[in-house]
Amino acid sequence: MCVEMCPHPPHLSGCPYLAVKITPAIPVVGGILFFFVMGTLLRTSFSDPGVLPRATPDEAADLERQIDIANGTSSGGYRPPPRTKEVIINGQTVKLKYCFTCKIFRPPRASHCSLCDNCVERFDHHCPWVGNCVGKRNYRFFYMFILSLSFLTVFILAFVITHVILRSQQTGFLNALKDSPASVLEAVVCFFSVWSIVGLSGFHTYLISSNQTTNEDIKGSWSNKRGKENYNPYSYGNIFTNCCVALCGPISPSLIDRRGYIQPDTPQPTAPSNGIAAYGATQSQSDMCDQDQCIQSTKFVLQAAATPLLQSEPSLTSDELHLPGKPGLGTPCASLTLGQPTPPSSMPNLTTEAALTDILPLKEEHVGHQFLTPEEAPSPPRLLAGSPLAHSRTMHVLGLASQDSLHEDSVRGLVKLSSV
Amino acid sequence: MTQYRPQEDLSKRFWVHNLQELRRSASLATKVFIQRDYSDGTICQFQTKFPPELDSRIERQLFEETVKTLNSFYAEAEKIGGSSYLEGCLACATAYFIFLCMETHYEKVLKKISRYIQEQNEKIFAPRGLLLTDPVERGMRVVSFLAVLCEGTELLTSGLPGEDPQK
Repeated sequence: MCVEMCPHPPHLSGCPYLAVKITPAIPVVGGILFFFVMGTLLRTSFSDPGVLPRATPDEAADLERQIDIANGTSSGGYRPPPRTKEVIINGQTVKLKYCFTCKIFRPPRASHCSLCDNCVERFDHHCPWVGNCVGKRNYRFFYMFILSLSFLTVFILAFVITHVILRSQQTGFLNALKDSPASVLEAVVCFFSVWSIVGLSGFHTYLISSNQTTNEDIKGSWSNKRGKENYNPYSYGNIFTNCCVALCGPISPSLIDRRGYIQPDTPQPTAPSNGIAAYGATQSQSDMCDQDQCIQSTKFVLQAAATPLLQSEPSLTSDELHLPGKPGLGTPCASLTLGQPTPPSSMPNLTTEAALTDILPLKEEHVGHQFLTPEEAPSPPRLLAGSPLAHSRTMHVLGLASQDSLHEDSVRGLVKLSSV
Repeated sequence: MTQYRPQEDLSKRFWVHNLQELRRSASLATKVFIQRDYSDGTICQFQTKFPPELDSRIERQLFEETVKTLNSFYAEAEKIGGSSYLEGCLACATAYFIFLCMETHYEKVLKKISRYIQEQNEKIFAPRGLLLTDPVERGMRVVSFLAVLCEGTELLTSGLPGEDPQK
């Protein structure tokens, strides 16, 4: 699509030809469509799809206790069978599954994305083209993206064909093709794209009008084939309402703090602005012994009480946080790469933990090749320092993982999340 | 979400007093979580079932009233109707740049909720030694009541509107 929009080499080009021959509105409309497509694509990629933050240790413990009571089992060392809860929504029985990674009972329609390693509300699918999950908060952007892209593809195909036809009226078909070889390529690409993109748009239009997610449709959760009594409890009854709600309904604010810094282990006077920040403070509680725990928990409670009183802005919050994060970003990484890597569990500092896991892939390479030359060592810190924003996000997201017993897969998944 | 922080003033003096009390007789904090209620779908609602741990600390009716009020706030935030459609369409038309200037309706309601919770904490819960925490800080999963079990009589319970898991 970019080829069509860019001016071709001097001797004959598509856009200027059509602009002159028919109307200059053609490249203008094309340009507008293109920018709209790019805008919605970026919006879909970079917005939070509706990630559910992981449960705090206290919540998880409370849930476990309740489940144990319900199951009548004592807490054993083995992994208990998958836990489900049943809820009746609008007359339909819906099973809520317990997510072992996030330690929550997933809300209805939520699902855990293994690539992003997060539970996402109203999970539609993970789109590799967009590099993000499509969920409650960014579904409308995704839909606008594929819709506008289908218009753009059809638009380009139509005008490429028009262009070739007009030229061939003047100079003959083969000459026309020779004069603008790019048109052939564009036509072929657009032709195949049209089928897939327009097909996808149509599919999602159907999903929106019936208020289903791709996940539900694929599993056939609400299809009539499962039983006569099976119907979609989330549908509002008519197509118009379903469409309006999906596309123009209220957007809930993000529940995760993507710009925050990871909380240190020791409790600090912080302003927990969301589940993640509070979670960090609570994590510190469980690390300590009983006597300290009393004091720390009280402090936490007091801080929690005090937080409504703090008038802080995001910039101030990050300044208030006592973290070896921002100023010391380079040093933990540097010290790690030059020394022997220690197992993540033994690292007391969350930031260094994060840094270690961030460079774990690099370490693996080194082990494989059996060398760790001084020339190699400086490169990771440079890489990491080069992207402080991405790294802080990585660290922040990795902080979550470290709280969850630092499963490597989870960490890698979170690294991926932060990198998109 | 620091924009939801209400004003300081009176609350600060109140909490300073409480801080001193708690420092004197601090003990383990007990938390009571109220889970979400999904019986009406995916909208944000919390269970109004009275948790047994709060039996001695607060009256059933007060608790239920608080949770119901919170539920009504969330329902208002997620309400679909003319105004929300208008906001959505306007936002789309301006390529969502309008949210640089103004808050969404949902965010406005969240601020209201945070103010309400603080009020409730001051007037009702703190005298009973309870502290209600805002569900937004817990990812809208739970309402937690923090009960600090002290040697004395002070109990600090922070409750987040949550819904009890229905069997």
